[in-house]
Amino acid sequence: MGMLDLAAANLLSPMVLFFALGFLAAIARSDLTIPEQIAKGMALYLMLSIGFKGGVEVHKSGVDAKMLGAAAAGIVLSALIPLIGYALLRATSRLSAIDAAAVSAHYGSISIVTFVAATETVRIAGLSFEGYLIAIAAIMETPAILTALLLARRAMPERKGEPLGALLHEIGFNGSIVMLVGSFIIGAITGPEGMKMISPFIIDPFRGVLCLFLLDMGLVAGRGLREGGRLLSPGVVLFGLYMPLISASLAAISCLLLGLSSGGTALMITLAASASYIAVPAAMRLALPEARPAIYLTLSLAVTFPFNLTLGLPLYLWLASKVSGG
Amino acid sequence: MDMHRKKRIEIILEAPAMNRLSTALEAAGVTGYTVLPVLAGKGKTGAWTRDGLVGGAGAMVCVICITDPARVDAVLERIMAVLSRQIGLVTIGDVDVVRGERF
Repeated sequence: MGMLDLAAANLLSPMVLFFALGFLAAIARSDLTIPEQIAKGMALYLMLSIGFKGGVEVHKSGVDAKMLGAAAAGIVLSALIPLIGYALLRATSRLSAIDAAAVSAHYGSISIVTFVAATETVRIAGLSFEGYLIAIAAIMETPAILTALLLARRAMPERKGEPLGALLHEIGFNGSIVMLVGSFIIGAITGPEGMKMISPFIIDPFRGVLCLFLLDMGLVAGRGLREGGRLLSPGVVLFGLYMPLISASLAAISCLLLGLSSGGTALMITLAASASYIAVPAAMRLALPEARPAIYLTLSLAVTFPFNLTLGLPLYLWLASKVSGG
Repeated sequence: MDMHRKKRIEIILEAPAMNRLSTALEAAGVTGYTVLPVLAGKGKTGAWTRDGLVGGAGAMVCVICITDPARVDAVLERIMAVLSRQIGLVTIGDVDVVRGERF
């Protein structure tokens, strides 16, 4: 399938159209809302489903050297991308060092919802992927936060001595990570037998729940853009569009060395190209409260997430086919 | 009925800092507190609403605690150690309670 065919198929998928519906409803100030508890319940369901499925795949295929290589690549990408993002933001925008560090943390870390949507895009394209990439997603959440904190503390010498222990605990035991990794481990222990028991719950409703969840993401993104869009300068908005492409290119280079499948390469590229809007914003509110959430949350959720969902995913799938020769 | 004069401290703060605040309140010797979800609002940093949120960032909570007037300064010191850099609001008022020995 060519690049344009992939893009058209993705743009006309129910997932993207529901996201667009939510986004437009928020911009039009519709009273359509999804209550917080339902949104959180759906997020937990998606983490459980994707984590469990990944664990079952690892049960079937076992752990190999490629998994360790992918983990190492994930850590390096997550730690390195904020350095590039920070330098670019400082050179091309008027963001303070602290805001630039906070924004760059989001781009080094990952968006698990973008990843979930990418797994669907990969499946729709008829490809499979390495189940352990779920674990790589969890591993990639944290290094970016640490890099960004080091960058921010250069600008705030008075904060250099503050301990990181409590923060690392809060990041590591963040609810979404616990759910994702816990479900992955349960899937890896119980394997296909466990899958048979709960597949009516985690397989059949998955796409419908994902559509409803993306409707909610569209609402939150549209509302964020309406409220916070005016705070984003053109340089910052452009960063939200080109930074995923830089990260995707770095991931593609690392995948050349790793030898992942086409589907796995597309997911690894997506992980690097996505920007966090669940775990990192909460971590930034604790570690860097001086940074403005209206900038990093709006940029990640209202600019980069829609870009990745609509144009990024088919582009990363196409790039993966070129890298892996699939 | 006998009434006892106490202080009611109401803290509105961003949800990610809630665990740190509860630890601070317990360290300050506060005997209890109540946490309430708050729906939406607007402040110096702009408008916010809980609707549709998945992560803690962007959500606010309200914490109410009743304490003895003699302990207010110590409690506030602990609260501000958490809250000084976060988005939030602290108000203090006088209240009368029935069972004064509990606070």
